[in-house]
Amino acid sequence: MNQQISIKNYLRESQLFLGRAIAASAIVIILLLILAGRLVYLQVQSHHHYKTLSQDNRVKIEPLPPTRGLIFDRHGQVLAQNLPAYSLEIIPEKAGDLAVTIQALSKIIRIEADDVQRFHKLRKQRRRFDSIPLRVRLSAEEVARIAVNRHRFPGVDVKAKLLREYPYKDKTAHLLGYVARISEEELLTIDASNYSGTSYIGKNGVEKTYEELLHGQVGLQQVEVNAKGRVLRVLEDQDPLPGHNLHLFLDTQMQMTALEALGEYNGAVAAIDTQTGGVLTLVSKPGFDPNLFVEGISSSAYRVLNESIDKPLFNRAIRGQYPPGSTVKPFIGLAGLELGMVEFHQETYCPGYYQLPGKEHKYRDWKKWGHGEVGMAKAIIESCDVYYYELARTLGIDRMHSFLTGFGFGERSGIDLKGELQGLLPSREWKRANRREPWYPGETLIVGIGQGYFLSTPLQLAVATATLANQGRRIRPRVVASIERPDGTHVPTSLKISELSQADPLHWEEVRTAMIDVVEDLRGTAKRIQTDAYRIAGKTGTAQVFTVKQEEEYDEETVEKHKRDHALFIAFAPVDQPRIAVAVIVENGGHGGAVAAPIARKVLDQYLLGDSS
Amino acid sequence: MNQIPRSGLAFQESQPARATGLLASLHLDLPLLTGLLLLAGVGLLILYSAGDQNMELIQRQSVRLGLAFCAMAVLAQIHPDNLRRWSPWLFLIGLAMLVAVILVGETGKGAQRWLDLGFFRFQPSEMLKLALPMVIAWYLAEKRLPPKNSRLLVAGMITVVPVLLIAKQPDLGTALLVASAGIFALFLAGISWRLIAMLGVLMAALGPAVWYLMRDYQRQRVLTFLNPENDPLGAGYHIIQSKIAIGSGGVNGKGWLNGTQSHLEFLPERHTDFIFAVISEEFGLVGVLALLGLYLFIILRGLFIASQAQDTYSRLLSGSLTLVFFVYLFVNTGMVTGLLPVVGVPLPLISYGGTSLVTILAGFGILMSIHTHRKLLPT
Repeated sequence: MNQQISIKNYLRESQLFLGRAIAASAIVIILLLILAGRLVYLQVQSHHHYKTLSQDNRVKIEPLPPTRGLIFDRHGQVLAQNLPAYSLEIIPEKAGDLAVTIQALSKIIRIEADDVQRFHKLRKQRRRFDSIPLRVRLSAEEVARIAVNRHRFPGVDVKAKLLREYPYKDKTAHLLGYVARISEEELLTIDASNYSGTSYIGKNGVEKTYEELLHGQVGLQQVEVNAKGRVLRVLEDQDPLPGHNLHLFLDTQMQMTALEALGEYNGAVAAIDTQTGGVLTLVSKPGFDPNLFVEGISSSAYRVLNESIDKPLFNRAIRGQYPPGSTVKPFIGLAGLELGMVEFHQETYCPGYYQLPGKEHKYRDWKKWGHGEVGMAKAIIESCDVYYYELARTLGIDRMHSFLTGFGFGERSGIDLKGELQGLLPSREWKRANRREPWYPGETLIVGIGQGYFLSTPLQLAVATATLANQGRRIRPRVVASIERPDGTHVPTSLKISELSQADPLHWEEVRTAMIDVVEDLRGTAKRIQTDAYRIAGKTGTAQVFTVKQEEEYDEETVEKHKRDHALFIAFAPVDQPRIAVAVIVENGGHGGAVAAPIARKVLDQYLLGDSS
Repeated sequence: MNQIPRSGLAFQESQPARATGLLASLHLDLPLLTGLLLLAGVGLLILYSAGDQNMELIQRQSVRLGLAFCAMAVLAQIHPDNLRRWSPWLFLIGLAMLVAVILVGETGKGAQRWLDLGFFRFQPSEMLKLALPMVIAWYLAEKRLPPKNSRLLVAGMITVVPVLLIAKQPDLGTALLVASAGIFALFLAGISWRLIAMLGVLMAALGPAVWYLMRDYQRQRVLTFLNPENDPLGAGYHIIQSKIAIGSGGVNGKGWLNGTQSHLEFLPERHTDFIFAVISEEFGLVGVLALLGLYLFIILRGLFIASQAQDTYSRLLSGSLTLVFFVYLFVNTGMVTGLLPVVGVPLPLISYGGTSLVTILAGFGILMSIHTHRKLLPT
């Protein structure tokens, strides 16, 4: 009986279990069917959607920055090039604790406080997943050391890229300008997509003016990336169009000669080809090393440059506004002749000072005891002030203003450099508008000797001198001679001339003769630069930096160096067929004839005689 | 469900297969062994791709598989009667170790799961995956089925205690698997459908309470499951990338070693918990359905073995172990396909890792033992 129950139970239980096992199987199959349904939904129904998402994950469009155009001088010397350089970069998002990372890195390679400071400055401007340089221009050894330790530093990488390099450093800094990181203001003005792969932009000089041509067109590539954003392979690419190369009129040798000739002095030299307006030399001394700016200058180095009393960042050649002093005398003389105010040989007596009728004030001549009887030739050769006080009074400010405007005074020359200043050619209107005062007759006199409100840049003086050399043909100065397209064809820049209306050949000749005698006459203020190799026409000038009181005397020896007069000289040569016009300003150099003229002579020699000098 | 069988059909079909002489003497079941080996082989193939063709990974996994198959073979030799006798003791030892883990356990990944026994680290919760269904089967088999309510209550208690201990570690995945082992044993023992329905209602009502007890990261998982797009770079990232991998695989897949989601590292945990997404991406719908077919074969074979078992203990244990294997599969694939919240359960026999591998194959060893130690019954 017991056995019977046991077997009965056994059967019952076995049957019960079988039922449950079948139910379980059914549930398993149903759930698996649900899962299969889910898979069908994902893999068939939504396949397109997910395929797109997967593609978006995988493929990124990366910009290919174009190679920036090179800059050459007239002889094909490279002035700005792109050199490969290694930099240590950190992606803050992936690096974790930056302070710890930098501290650890500084045990491997040299990292200075300036580097860290610059890194943090850049970091604030950029996104957390951007790669930010910590050290630039790593040596091969440093690259190797980082490579060995790389595994310790997530988010730290050595990047190779092309860095702009200026082999002549400070010697061409003002003229070429430099490239540096794109600022936020600049971002608003540029075509962001074209600059998507570029981190640098021209900040000054040629680099800025010709930014568009130098930069080129960005290329694109489709790359496959992994989840960390690392590029694994290139799927498709469209090459960038490299920037245009620029060929300058600049003669690097002349540029170096001019800088060397300036010696200890600060100053500027501008030399232009009188035929083309091509800028042969454009020196502003002191300069600075533009390479420092390329990877971001450290704030301490920048402070040194910015706070220096010598103002190395200041481009004196196009932004320095100096009183032209006696260098304006040939122009004002020509104005007198052209406007019929004076005859070339007509003489004035110079007692060493000049007084306006009915006034006490004495306008001094630089020669205390006077020049005696002075005609225009002597007034230019010996630089007599009294003659010009009288001539200026006769001409009046209005006529002087309009005549000198024709030579480009008071106007931007239109050179292909950004930031040129226009100087100041004073007029009644200008004074009324800016000083809210009427024009006083005494002010006319000192404009006649290039002082007072009258200001001119070295470049303006060179352009005016070239215009004089060309007998009125005023040519717009230009730095770039031709633009070389990526395909190798050259496109010359255009020559722009504005003719001066007045043009009596006799008057040009008279002024030119006087300027030749400034160099060749025994009493000429620049007689020391006379040469047998070619003939020079020139004019010295001295610009007062501070005003000597009425009864005091200016004594070069006792005046502090930075208050000493600026020495100026303008010249063109050869006189018969002028090829070059030059303007020299030597800050605190004293007399133009003694200091500025020899510098001009060296520049002229270099151009006209070449290395044979 | 209390139908009386009308024939002895089940017995007649249950004659041991004598054709497989060698395997039979080794107490191994050929269909099950074939299915498992096939799965392990496929697993290595996929791991080779998911692990970025890292041979070291394959070697280590092969060694683990070898050990796990050995464990299976060893367990297959042990007679079910012995297993039944050891069941309560095994369970008590497991329980003691769970308590020990809470007191002196090793911490890893924010959870206390390990017990350091000096020569090797041991995860007692794994042991419970076997010990719990064993003890429930042992307890229920003592009296006739279906069990009375009082016995059900005791069985429920036996289940809940270790589950809570494991959940406290916290290890939600294992707690879920252990709990399901107990629940399946009860289900197979024939608790009434009405009770099951009532328990279901009770569970739903307890939902808010469970929510309250959950840790932040667990709540986060549930929230992320409900709306992964809410947090695409944080907690939702796993599931979004997993769905992209599966969906972009399409019908035919991207091909072995060609999955972009996995090889470009968009898919996290791709050689462990999310390996199913790699399979789906590279082999497409056709491939995963074939794989699911293989799993289904193993599960049905397991249930068949259970139905052929000759005593209640063997039936409940083998059925429960088989269904736990299914829970592994469904929780993992459900998570990877976005049907279920993210719970750390590996894809059985395929995911990289050794602990669950040994447990699972040991479980199949028990099944084989049950199937191969049957006696011919008097009819």
